[in-house]
Amino acid sequence: MAFLVRRLARLVIVLLCVTFFSFFLLQLLPGDPVTTIAPIAPPEVKRAIIVENKLDKPIYEQYWNWLSKFVRGDLGNYYRSSGKDPVSADVGNSWPVTAQLIVYSMMLTLLIAIPLGVFSAYVAGSRFDRLLNATMFGAIAIPDFALGLVLAYFVGVRLGWLPNNGYVHPTDNFVLHIKSMILPALSLSVGQIAGYMRVLRSDMIATLQEDFITMARSKGISTKRILWRHALQPSSLTLLTIAGLNVGALIGGTVVVEIVFGLPGLGTVLTGAIRGRQYVALQSVVALVAIVYVFMNVLIDLLYSRLDPRVRLGRA
Amino acid sequence: MVAPELSAGPLNLGTPQLQGAAAGVEVSHQKRLGIAGWLAIGWLGLLVGSAILAPILPVGSPTHLYLDFAGDGPGTAGHILGLDTNGHDVLAETIYGARESLIIAIGAVSAGILVGGSLGLIAGYFKGKIDLVISMLFDILLAVPALILAMSLSAFLRGDPSQGAGLPVEIILVIALGIVSAPPLGRITRASALTWSERDFVTAARAQGAKSYRVMTREVLPNVLPAMFSIALLAIAVVIVAEGGLALLGVGVDFTTKPSLGNMIAVYAQSDLRDHPYLVFTPIICIFLTVLSLNFLGDVIRAHFDARETTL
Repeated sequence: MAFLVRRLARLVIVLLCVTFFSFFLLQLLPGDPVTTIAPIAPPEVKRAIIVENKLDKPIYEQYWNWLSKFVRGDLGNYYRSSGKDPVSADVGNSWPVTAQLIVYSMMLTLLIAIPLGVFSAYVAGSRFDRLLNATMFGAIAIPDFALGLVLAYFVGVRLGWLPNNGYVHPTDNFVLHIKSMILPALSLSVGQIAGYMRVLRSDMIATLQEDFITMARSKGISTKRILWRHALQPSSLTLLTIAGLNVGALIGGTVVVEIVFGLPGLGTVLTGAIRGRQYVALQSVVALVAIVYVFMNVLIDLLYSRLDPRVRLGRA
Repeated sequence: MVAPELSAGPLNLGTPQLQGAAAGVEVSHQKRLGIAGWLAIGWLGLLVGSAILAPILPVGSPTHLYLDFAGDGPGTAGHILGLDTNGHDVLAETIYGARESLIIAIGAVSAGILVGGSLGLIAGYFKGKIDLVISMLFDILLAVPALILAMSLSAFLRGDPSQGAGLPVEIILVIALGIVSAPPLGRITRASALTWSERDFVTAARAQGAKSYRVMTREVLPNVLPAMFSIALLAIAVVIVAEGGLALLGVGVDFTTKPSLGNMIAVYAQSDLRDHPYLVFTPIICIFLTVLSLNFLGDVIRAHFDARETTL
């Protein structure tokens, strides 16, 4: 219980800091924010921007104004010379795409990394193991967006097997949807697979030397069963650690890979806001992404404490 | 093996972001360089050498247009890596691009080491409240995904160039990427400083009446440096990649005046992937080889100094 309260207090502090940071970004703008956001807007529109964001008020008032709107789902507006559009509508349409991409690439990562990790631990030191090791070392050196472009060219353009651009909504055509997501998900996964696999491998090697494995073996249990039923679970805590470490990279990677493959996710919203100098919108989307990241980390921590009682009791 | 310095404890809210390169793949446990090591050094030497010597190398200017050869592929006489559809020489662009990327990466990592390293050293040496405050600061910075943090900093610091108020983009990128790389570098330094500060020779120095500053710089820092250095190589690799990501997000250096490896990828990927793929692949291969070499050497150095002993 004390553990939960401590975590919660920390979470609140971090959330306040993160939101304040995102809000404060607008203060970093050199020059006048209103002129930057809406350079050719008529004076009354400029006036409206100031009033709406309380830009003429002290900073804590601005922050409170922004935060209280933010928690109610009002992410501010895009300001154009013709008028304004709410950012939340845009985000509402695009976040599922980003979420899908993250989930798919995580699934793909685990689907490939776990069998590879388990198997390479089993054959540790063999030629296959060393080859895999070297391949993974190379895989980790390819940036996700670069791999995305390589795949888009060879698989998308040259072979024409999969689309290299564009998004299909799952309810429109599920098969095409999956096809449009394979290359983006794969480009995100390859680097992650390397990390997951290596960690699982070294942990499995350690587990396989434990007495209970020798015991299981002496009872005549099949290798397959020992690997999957006995050895995998105690080795999976580190997988979770690596998952935690990778979430941030995954979010950053997703945003860039979306651009490479022309997927209308949050990355596209972010670049759109950057290109159009829509800094109020940018601020809110950054805050949103950061908050999601904070919560994903909390989730991983909670999972961790479920799996490992030492953490829950604060002794680890 | 997880790079031990980078695995945040399970209780940390924020988690280090350097993993792209350092997510814990280490290729060798041996301390010798081997052929691969020398190849890595060779590539980095070539890269850094040509980046430094770019203005006096016979490659011409990256912004010069060879209109007659526009769009010719690799192997064109006088233009070994080919030209883009506007007539830019790709070799010149790549060399100057690598120069730009290296300047940004080395600048950002130096800034990160300076800021993060000193904070980490102070936190690890003094412990207690100071440690608490500094660690909290690191945690907060790590609570935003690294690339998103760098992107938002560079976007907002730049503002509206037509208003002419902002800093040069390279400086902005160095600041943004420096801020992003400070917390992970700082945490590693802190962890390392924590253990070294417990050693007897530090106590001895203190007992002799040495001031904190002197103990930190003369006794603790030299022992912390190897761990920092091997991580710095990895960090440079990560920042080179991050520069590419930022270019794709639209906050990189301007391609038309200053090509970088990142903005070459960003610009050519948009228009030339289908018909002139070599334009996209040249900078990609360049980044790949550089990151590969840096990761490899970082691992060798870490194995050599056995960084594990110096970290918690």
